Amino acid sequence: MSRLPNQPGELINRDKVIRFTFDGKPVEAYGGDTIASALFAAGRRTFSRSFKYHRRRGLLCCAGQCPNCIVAVGGAPGTRACTEPVREGMKVDHLNAQPGLDLDVMRATDLVGTKFTPPGFYYKTFIRPRKLWPLYEKVLRHAAGLGVLRKEQPDREWRTEYRRRHADVLVIGGGTAGQREAAAAAAQGDDVVLVDEGPLPIEPIPGVEILARASALGYFDGIVPVWQGDILHQIRARRHVFATGAIEQPLVFAGNDLPGVMLSGGAVRLTQLYAVKPGTRAVVATTSDRGLAAVAGLQDAGVEIAAVADLRETPSAAARSLSGRGIQVLAGHTILEAKGGKAVESAVLGPIGVTGASVEKTFDCDLVVVSGGFVPATSLLLQAGAKSRYDPERGCFAISALPPGVSAVGDVAGVDQADADGHATAVATAIPPPVSGAGRGKCFACLCEDVTAKDIRLSVEEGYDSIELSKRYTTVTMGPCQGRMCQLPAIRLMAKETGQMLEQVGTTTARPPWVSVPMGVLAGRPFEPAKRSSIHGRHRELGATIKWAGDWRRAYDYGDPQGEALAVHQAAGLIDVSTLGKLLVRGPDAGEFLDRLYPNRFSDLKPGRIRYGVISSDAGRIVDDGTICRIDDDTFYVTTTSSGAGAVEEWFSWWLADWRMDVKLTDLTQGLSAVNLAGPQAREILSELTDLDCSAEAFKYLDGKQAQIAGVQTLILRIGFVGEIGYEIHFAAAHGEHVWDALMDAGREHGIRPFGLEPQRILRLQKMHILVGQDTDSESTPFGAAMPWIVKLDKDTDFIGKWALEHYADEEPATRLVGFTLPNGHVPTEGAVIMDAGGAPVGQVTSSRFSPVLDRVIGMAWVPSPLARDGSQVTISDEGETMQAHVQTRPFFDPDGEVLRS
Amino acid sequence: MSFLLTCPNCGVREVTDFGYGGEISARPRSRPTLRELGEYNYFRRNVAGVQREWWFHRSGCRAWFIAERDTRTNEVLMTALPAAPSPNGGGAA
Repeated sequence: MSRLPNQPGELINRDKVIRFTFDGKPVEAYGGDTIASALFAAGRRTFSRSFKYHRRRGLLCCAGQCPNCIVAVGGAPGTRACTEPVREGMKVDHLNAQPGLDLDVMRATDLVGTKFTPPGFYYKTFIRPRKLWPLYEKVLRHAAGLGVLRKEQPDREWRTEYRRRHADVLVIGGGTAGQREAAAAAAQGDDVVLVDEGPLPIEPIPGVEILARASALGYFDGIVPVWQGDILHQIRARRHVFATGAIEQPLVFAGNDLPGVMLSGGAVRLTQLYAVKPGTRAVVATTSDRGLAAVAGLQDAGVEIAAVADLRETPSAAARSLSGRGIQVLAGHTILEAKGGKAVESAVLGPIGVTGASVEKTFDCDLVVVSGGFVPATSLLLQAGAKSRYDPERGCFAISALPPGVSAVGDVAGVDQADADGHATAVATAIPPPVSGAGRGKCFACLCEDVTAKDIRLSVEEGYDSIELSKRYTTVTMGPCQGRMCQLPAIRLMAKETGQMLEQVGTTTARPPWVSVPMGVLAGRPFEPAKRSSIHGRHRELGATIKWAGDWRRAYDYGDPQGEALAVHQAAGLIDVSTLGKLLVRGPDAGEFLDRLYPNRFSDLKPGRIRYGVISSDAGRIVDDGTICRIDDDTFYVTTTSSGAGAVEEWFSWWLADWRMDVKLTDLTQGLSAVNLAGPQAREILSELTDLDCSAEAFKYLDGKQAQIAGVQTLILRIGFVGEIGYEIHFAAAHGEHVWDALMDAGREHGIRPFGLEPQRILRLQKMHILVGQDTDSESTPFGAAMPWIVKLDKDTDFIGKWALEHYADEEPATRLVGFTLPNGHVPTEGAVIMDAGGAPVGQVTSSRFSPVLDRVIGMAWVPSPLARDGSQVTISDEGETMQAHVQTRPFFDPDGEVLRS
Repeated sequence: MSFLLTCPNCGVREVTDFGYGGEISARPRSRPTLRELGEYNYFRRNVAGVQREWWFHRSGCRAWFIAERDTRTNEVLMTALPAAPSPNGGGAA
């Protein structure tokens, strides 16, 4: 490591050596180093290859603003080496160069292919033959880009988090002005958050939460997302203070991207913060005193100053003072060209407005320090609603109007530098020409995307004559620097080529993200909430296939769906139906409330009895279904579908809020478990565990009774979703495994088997019991779904959906839901098409299964109403295959419900 | 979209806590014509200005409440639990 002696304010800790690798080779660094400072100290000058031409790129800004030092860390591309602190053992690799950073075969694009690669060349060159585009695309994608994402991503190990923070004041930027504003606000008692992305430590300020090494990404409707390491802070503040500073601009000249061309701020940062000497002999080109300010420091650090070109015709006091150091300042001069192979070897300076070899001066150097003036970092301000206008004095766009609650302080406000007393001192700046040294070589306006001054001229010639069009065509300002380095140069070039004033050219729109941010940070913590019933552990022990069903993890089957379905017919089965929505509707108006919500009646339901209900919307469409048991005069127990539980609770409570009836609604979905015990042996099994009289006479179909089962208080609903004698048992979730075990133990000698969701779907299909959302969609009405009996239009109560259903009652629906059987044994795909004689789609299959007890294929489908009668035939088209199905309107199994009622 | 809403039960929360129930529209009191029914079901005033609307505190107390919001600025002028009797007849949307 080659380092300067101790620098005042250096950030490195020379007592702590950190080792990491770059392209597999070991590198030594000090604590406090960035990847870039350590690599530069170790002698590296090329940090990346450019996007299109694969030219060498060296350190430019050393502040995380330009694209030149983007590397991959730990395999993840997109990290700026100049701001990323080194960590022990980190693996750093270069991007976008094959086979290596120092020998890149794609460099041919620059050397021989330039004339074939103007803006948009890939659209022009690779248009024919069109067939070959997939090949072209593959090659282009390989050649361009800034890194490779692994296609196979292992499980994310990087845990990122969101954090919400509400504050009175958010200060973005922790420089002098930002710290002062934060302290002032905190002194007034405001809750203040200060965000700073720089490497300099900030002393604690009372009452201020300081988020260091954190970047504000944008401004979204009052929320500022701030990325800090593993956390995305989402900060909402009443007042925003932008102290985002100003960005030093490069100059556009021939060879301005050679390694060794560095912004003055970058050279100063390398020297002062990391004690790294940026070069041995420097040429400086500046437009203001701020570029000159670097000169003395570089000389003190042992850098020989070959020459200084100051664009200003009249030397400033600072320029004059350099002569005391033996430094020659060429007033009214600028840089025309940087020459060199792998890095800068010499620089050509010349006066403004005069050309010719006689006035040019060439200096050998390995460092070109440039300072093209400063532009306020207004992007976040503009996103927050501020307006900007061209300021001809300063030669850049500056904030002209602020929205309420937003203020700008420090450099971004247009104050170049505040002295110790906080008084602003404006610095006279000369406005550089859009390009100098054109014709001598490539003059880059945009380093990210390899856009040269010539490319901008070509785009204007081709008609892309507004800055927004040119941006999209050349992609200038669209790279990782987000316009920091290139927006103003591009605007100047546009003005030159179109003959417009800069204010006429205007700016491109400021958009988030202001800082390159990993997608993982935006994604937040990778978690997928899952609901599991209290009996879930048993299903796993029984070897169930667990699948997602909405938010739930459910037992899909226990390895033998057909056998499980048969067991329900032949002996008994037990299924966990804890996922059902369960609502307690209680109060003097409960019956009336349900009468208004359902198309059928519930106020006349007798306590201890159950009725099926379909919820319809005011458009007459089916929303959900379930059973309702009246427990006593004032209390109804409502079940909903598993997936509709939340929506039904919202729906009920919405109408309750509107109607303000004397009803209390309690959602018991999570609090209660439920199992369905079904099959010819179900009654016997249940009787063994309860004192309740379970005889057919005492406990009839559609009775609901409260009783103890295995010592647990339960509500038992005798319903028949699966077609056999069935008891749906609801009880406190804490007893889930106990009740399950008791029923399984009692049922063992009766041949009980647990059954999962898949056999249940076979069983319910045999009964043509619909699944809302599977057999119905947002257009389905109870009439079309073959349930006209559920709609009681003669009800006194006005109910939701009544008016629409009155209209539908008189209308023949285009399609109706029917059952079908298929003789050929093929199970059509759910979603297969019903075709008419001409092959046009007229309906679709919604459910289809092989029924083991019926030994044939059954299903349900929406078919044209004229065909919705027993005995008609419909044509199913399933992925190119057609088959004839027989329509059946009554349940396939136990059509008269004799089994169910027995 | 991002702003704060004051739940009448829980206080100030981010809007992402809530479900939006749409503008408050009057449910017809007597049998509507098919056209009126269609308008009620499918048409909204969609005002550019202050709108009375339903909100549901989905990730909180699960209460429905009424808000007045300027749709141009997302400024919420007031929130309240629905008071008896119903101000606008009905709440379907």
